[in-house]
Amino acid sequence: MNIHEYQAKAVLKSFGAPVAEGVPVLSLDDVQKAVDTLPGPLWVVKSQIHAGGRGKGKFVEPEAGEKGGVRLAFSKEEVLENAKAMLGHHLVTAQTSAEGKQVNRLYIEDGADIDRELYLSLLVDRATGRPAFVASTEGGMDIEDVAHETPEKILTLPIDPMAGVTEDDAAKLCDALKLEGDARADGMKLFPILYKAFTEKDMSMLEINPLIVMENGHLRVLDAKVSFDGNALFRHPDIVELRDTTEEDEKEIEASEWDLAYIALDGTIGCMVNGAGLAMATMDIIKLYGEEPANFCDVGGGANEEKVAAAFKIIMKDPNVKGILVNIFGGIMKCDVIAEGVIAAVKETNLAVPLVVRLEGTNVEMGKKIIAESGLNVIPADDLDDAAQKIVNAVKGA
Amino acid sequence: MSILIDKNTKVIVQGLTGNTGSFHTNQALEYYGTQMVAGTHPKKAGQKWTADNGAELPIFATAGEAAEATGANASVIYVPPAGAAAAIEEAIDAEIPLIVCITEGVPVLDMVRVKAKLEKSKSRLIGPNCPGLLTPEECKIGIMPGKIFQKGSVGVVSRSGTLTYEAVYQTSQAGLGQTSAVGIGGDPVKGTEFIDVLEMYLADEETKSIIMIGEIGGSAEEEAAQFLIDEAKKGRKKPMVGFIAGRTAPKGRTMGHAGAIVSGGQGDAESKIAAMEEAGIRVSPSPARLGTTMVEVLKG
Repeated sequence: MNIHEYQAKAVLKSFGAPVAEGVPVLSLDDVQKAVDTLPGPLWVVKSQIHAGGRGKGKFVEPEAGEKGGVRLAFSKEEVLENAKAMLGHHLVTAQTSAEGKQVNRLYIEDGADIDRELYLSLLVDRATGRPAFVASTEGGMDIEDVAHETPEKILTLPIDPMAGVTEDDAAKLCDALKLEGDARADGMKLFPILYKAFTEKDMSMLEINPLIVMENGHLRVLDAKVSFDGNALFRHPDIVELRDTTEEDEKEIEASEWDLAYIALDGTIGCMVNGAGLAMATMDIIKLYGEEPANFCDVGGGANEEKVAAAFKIIMKDPNVKGILVNIFGGIMKCDVIAEGVIAAVKETNLAVPLVVRLEGTNVEMGKKIIAESGLNVIPADDLDDAAQKIVNAVKGA
Repeated sequence: MSILIDKNTKVIVQGLTGNTGSFHTNQALEYYGTQMVAGTHPKKAGQKWTADNGAELPIFATAGEAAEATGANASVIYVPPAGAAAAIEEAIDAEIPLIVCITEGVPVLDMVRVKAKLEKSKSRLIGPNCPGLLTPEECKIGIMPGKIFQKGSVGVVSRSGTLTYEAVYQTSQAGLGQTSAVGIGGDPVKGTEFIDVLEMYLADEETKSIIMIGEIGGSAEEEAAQFLIDEAKKGRKKPMVGFIAGRTAPKGRTMGHAGAIVSGGQGDAESKIAAMEEAGIRVSPSPARLGTTMVEVLKG
């Protein structure tokens, strides 16, 4: 689960990390009050959307002006002007679609005089199975580019979960970031704080880009991007409250209510599959035969008739879907249950696009019989190759 | 021969009395009489669990007591996500040699803690978020459908459950059969990696060929490929077929499995496929042609 920058900063601040004073605003009426609580003389107006690259982004609407999604203001009037220009408009960044994301929230923050920009993140390093810091002196840039061009400027430091961040670890990070004086003292305190926040709140990623050394020599968290392990949210009701569903795809929200793993994509063939690996492989094989998948959809191992029907309806909500491929290898799932669910959904949605169904595994004969006897226009397939070819041909022929 | 489990494996079930645990314990008992010997439940110690076939399994309070009383050398875990890590730790404390955690949705940082404990222990963990493992006609631990298996010569190892079934089904159809199949699971932090299982298949005389199924996310496939290259230099090499799921997956999205995500410039399908081909694995572009590709590879 992702949260906004201002929420991430509030979480980090509660653990004692140095962040700037700031106020989130949801409407223009709140801007004046917000700006009055901040001392100035420099303010930053930041678009709050769940996508990176905001500063270098561009608004779709001409009235938003040429500047990006993060703007400096040197007077209170300028804060208001920028807020007006940004709020409600659509910001396109390297991480959004071409339509962009509507900016419904702004964060107005106290400005800072920057001496140096650094990169710092925490994630779970899969190779060691431990949380690891990633640190680089090259802040404010895409870390993937840094990794590609100057990998020697990146330190990856796994942390022993039994010991936590030791003095030695913190010193290594200070060295990698070339921190001295006050900044070094700040760093020695900051790294254990971030580790504590990361582990106590079950974060899956904590990225501070940039972490800055200010002209007064101290460290500050200038930007913060945090995502949480969805599997651990059950023990963090305070974090669940930070979820902003307007940032998510409507179909994906509905799918999550049914405990379905669904991801909307750009293609034309809707997929319903059991198992994440097989669901990905089904997308791949559609592409192999020349079409693009409209979605990833894993109905899981224990789906019942209702869940299958719900998945089917969610897939059909995508107007780009020109055909559907159902691919089930029933280990735990029974093919007859899948068949009943598919039939029910086809009837309920008055399905008007081609449907190919491939069933294998437990009760496969019963499942095939139910579909054959339904009287509905469902194309049966023998295996995954056959199924993919049939749905691609059906969509191309349509 | 087989790897990890055979007809002598004795299995206890942590989470036997729940729906999932009960269902799959019945399935295991029906599969060539897999030796399911006991269950655990903190509050139901002393009670019995009755299988569909009438067999009665004793319930113990802890994995340690169950293992001691029955001589079990394996445990399978069907405990819900919030308690799964504690269940694994209980089995580690009981020094059970093989622990298989089926549970999907275990928090990653719980697994970080488990993994640290595991490194200092006598146990091997398979999973979590995995379908388990199976040795045809001998022993079934987990949720794989038994009837698609056939005793034979292919070793199967996979990060995905249903794709394991595809590989098994297709090699049965092709008449090759399997020595064992191991689902290592789709989570980012897990007990057993490809390299561990590949090492066992290379050492197993009856395993004549290997199918390895990976997916996007992490670098375990690349590490496995390097391992195979190093082993080949020592003269240890078997014919291999591979598949990587997720060529069409968008960057930055978690594709169902917690570990299936392309992020930080790492984990995309193409680099995994390239690494596997470099190691001499024939990577099938289609998940429907694992069996036929293996037949081709074996013909030479």
